[in-house]
Amino acid sequence: MRDVRLLTEAFDPSALVGAFTTANPGLGGVCTFVGEVRSDTDVEALELSHYAPLTLPSMGELADNAFARFDLMGLLMIHRVGQMHPGDPIVCVSAAARHRRAAIDAVDFCMDHLKAAAWFWKREKRDGEWNWIEPRSDDYADLARWA
Amino acid sequence: MAVTVIFLGPLRDLAESESIEVAGPLNWEGLLAAVGPEVSDQLQQERVNVACAGEVLSDKTALNAEDGDEVALLPPVSGG
Repeated sequence: MRDVRLLTEAFDPSALVGAFTTANPGLGGVCTFVGEVRSDTDVEALELSHYAPLTLPSMGELADNAFARFDLMGLLMIHRVGQMHPGDPIVCVSAAARHRRAAIDAVDFCMDHLKAAAWFWKREKRDGEWNWIEPRSDDYADLARWA
Repeated sequence: MAVTVIFLGPLRDLAESESIEVAGPLNWEGLLAAVGPEVSDQLQQERVNVACAGEVLSDKTALNAEDGDEVALLPPVSGG
């Protein structure tokens, strides 16, 4: 079961993961990562923009690569675009597999690529001012682990 | 018909526009001349990619856009 989506509205990760888990009968393990807008800082809002001709197709290729690399039964990959506020989910990746290592590694792999190699641009609003977020060197180092 | 040049992410602020229309055909030199000095400086950095008609170019200096094509200027990404 493969479900790759770009969403423009708020979503409920637990509802999506519940349906995803049910859709993969016989799984041995499911691993889920949910990224949210941090609420412990002075960030008022976060905005993610994308480029439609590339972003969703590249997420599909990432899912293909995860299926080719890990022994998966299913993969759920959901990413928000648009404006979000502290506590809002931004991204949800869930992998179902017969054995735990494949599920855990697939989620790690997909998240590293979504952070630093997928067609998204992020800016945050502090004190009423928007600022673009540059990728951190850690993000590139995380990505390089899979090369 | 023309070539539409789209500015993504922070390049949109530098260009003070989401897109511009440029007469085709459009090559790399034409693109640099059309986008203004600030965006042109960014474009010449390795970390900025260019897509034409929905495909990311492996060599952006080989750009050859025709009328009706969309050229997207893609600065470093940050998702998640």
